[in-house]
Amino acid sequence: MKHTIQALVENKFGVLARVSSLFSARGYNIDSLAVGTTEDSTISCITLVVNAEDERILEQIKKQLNKLIDVVTVIDLTKREHIDRELILAKIVLNKKDSRRILKEIKSKYGVRIVSEKNNVLVLEFVGDNRQTKGFLSEIENFEIKQLVRTGRIAMGY
Amino acid sequence: MKGSEIIIESLKREKVEVIFGYPGGALLPFFDCLYDAPIKFYLTRHEQAAAHAADGYARASGKTGVCVATSGPGATNLVTGITNAYMDSIPIVALTGQVRTSLIGNDAFQEADTTGITRSITKHNYLVKNTEDLARVFKEAFYIASSGRPGPVLVDLPVDVQMGEAEFSYPENISIRSYRPTYYGHPGQIKKALRAIEKSKHPVIMAGGGVITSGASGRLFEFAKKIQAPVTTTLMGLGAYPAEDELFLGMPGMHGTVYANRAITNSDLLIAIGCRFDDRVTGKLDAFAPQAKIIHIDIDPTSISKNVKADIPIVGDVGNILGEMLELIKKPAQSKEWLKEIERNKKKYPLSYRKSSLRIKPQAVVEEIFSQTRGEAIISTEVGQNQMWAAQFYKFKFPRTFITSGGLGTMGFGFPAAIGASIACPGRLVFDIAGDGSIQMNIQELATVATYKIPVKIIILNNNYLGMVRQWQELFYKKRYAATPLDNPDFVKVAEGFGVKAMRIEKEKDIKKAIKEIIAHKGPVLADFWIEEEENVFPMVPAGASIDRMIGELA
Repeated sequence: MKHTIQALVENKFGVLARVSSLFSARGYNIDSLAVGTTEDSTISCITLVVNAEDERILEQIKKQLNKLIDVVTVIDLTKREHIDRELILAKIVLNKKDSRRILKEIKSKYGVRIVSEKNNVLVLEFVGDNRQTKGFLSEIENFEIKQLVRTGRIAMGY
Repeated sequence: MKGSEIIIESLKREKVEVIFGYPGGALLPFFDCLYDAPIKFYLTRHEQAAAHAADGYARASGKTGVCVATSGPGATNLVTGITNAYMDSIPIVALTGQVRTSLIGNDAFQEADTTGITRSITKHNYLVKNTEDLARVFKEAFYIASSGRPGPVLVDLPVDVQMGEAEFSYPENISIRSYRPTYYGHPGQIKKALRAIEKSKHPVIMAGGGVITSGASGRLFEFAKKIQAPVTTTLMGLGAYPAEDELFLGMPGMHGTVYANRAITNSDLLIAIGCRFDDRVTGKLDAFAPQAKIIHIDIDPTSISKNVKADIPIVGDVGNILGEMLELIKKPAQSKEWLKEIERNKKKYPLSYRKSSLRIKPQAVVEEIFSQTRGEAIISTEVGQNQMWAAQFYKFKFPRTFITSGGLGTMGFGFPAAIGASIACPGRLVFDIAGDGSIQMNIQELATVATYKIPVKIIILNNNYLGMVRQWQELFYKKRYAATPLDNPDFVKVAEGFGVKAMRIEKEKDIKKAIKEIIAHKGPVLADFWIEEEENVFPMVPAGASIDRMIGELA
């Protein structure tokens, strides 16, 4: 099962390496990892989406993260109400007759922005939660996708 | 103040008296300062030995051990020693030289990414980039190494940081917001544990290295007597409970006693104290203590429910928690019948071996050392059969007297660790019980004991094999002895070449006299005992089997 875990860490060099090497050393799977500064300039926030087979492994992941000296707190957002978002940039080619029509539908359904357009090549910007992300990703398969870049999930409790 | 002076001042504030290590280009400023400092420096002949010596020093004394090595190969040679300390939760601070900050990342001469390499084998590590950070980093490093669940901390010191100038002010107090170990147990959990103990009919205490780290051996003894439960100690816990006491079960697990494993298997309550359920202890997990409720006391939350699910976890310092429990206990466990059954098993399945009047039995050598030292010596071991025979046949009375590589199983550990222990405890008898294979992994340290006249007694149980691997080949690989027979050097000549007294013992009848002579000699001694070549360590749980299925029970 996928879990969204947030680690608030000291904003120092090497901390991200500690977190990521913990995962590889202990054989835990990371689906996505997003890191950035917070309202407190001494703290960075790492949002991890992890795939834990069972509760025991999830508990270990949280405890092992907490054990790292530079990790201040670990929050498991999966178990509480939270908002999550991910940003995706997708470079697509409108190569079919009804491509324009489908694009219009996707645009209005997901609030997608067109960031650039050159001939038939478009860069779309999508922002949405986990459920919308899944929907968006499946629907843009109607186009030829030249490139796709995702930020990874970020999240926040209410 | 110069950076190198700040380092020495910081070490003095941390009351460091002894450093083990090896110099190099990236440490020249540090060594220049150390030259005048009131800190005794021991030059080992390999950096790995410096790390093990600091480790042995820490185990024997309870203080934090310090080792130092230069950048690049010096630092990478420390890696095994640091990992060993990490696996066994031993507080050491490792200092490494580093190329100047402007060269870091340039593949400079003798450059290695030391903090990167050691990230997963240290409790924490630092690359100090500014001289003004040195004092704070040293304060934190020693605090982190020795507090909570102890472990190694590495501080990487670029040569220009050692040469830079900064004001020196050593922090009085320390507070790291992201590091606050839990020392006191949750009162509700403690009460739950006590209720479970009162109800229990078949309790077993399993104590580990955490009891020794916490200095809680006395409380463990009181606790066991008060609740009337038998005590088994893991390899790391040997010495935490007096081996000759009637409640003692010996070691559990792969080469544990039949009665310890049987007691665990039949227990209804397993009280695990300062241990971490290593696979060598549990054997097949499904069959481990299948009927028992499990109380697990440990300072490290990650140890709890990692391998074996705890029914009543208590996070905190073992000594504090045992102290609180001792105050609150009203009734012992209902264990009268259980203790009788255990007594019967102890009589029925004692640790034993076939005595011989011709060939030297390794167990007999260990027993003789035990009897002549009255169980009061410090015993370090290498890894393999020598380690297991020492664990089985030396009846440890006191904590911090058994020094062995438990988690990592590092061959070559015992000799340098014995050096560290001997320096930590001057006047104490220190033995390294070794095999002919593992002694050769750090045999260059004969130069160290000769130079500083460190009176370590090396006992080689020489069977001309990598014995433990050979034993597995005998039992599980049709006696195909691949890469295990050894063509050994003449150990007596080797030791004498280094200026160390040496002797060879080939006959059973000479054991007693030899041990007497070894003990009587004031300096270091190497004794090469030619033992029965294909002697095995029994009893034994085959890998992956249930601990109740031991082979060689009546060997």
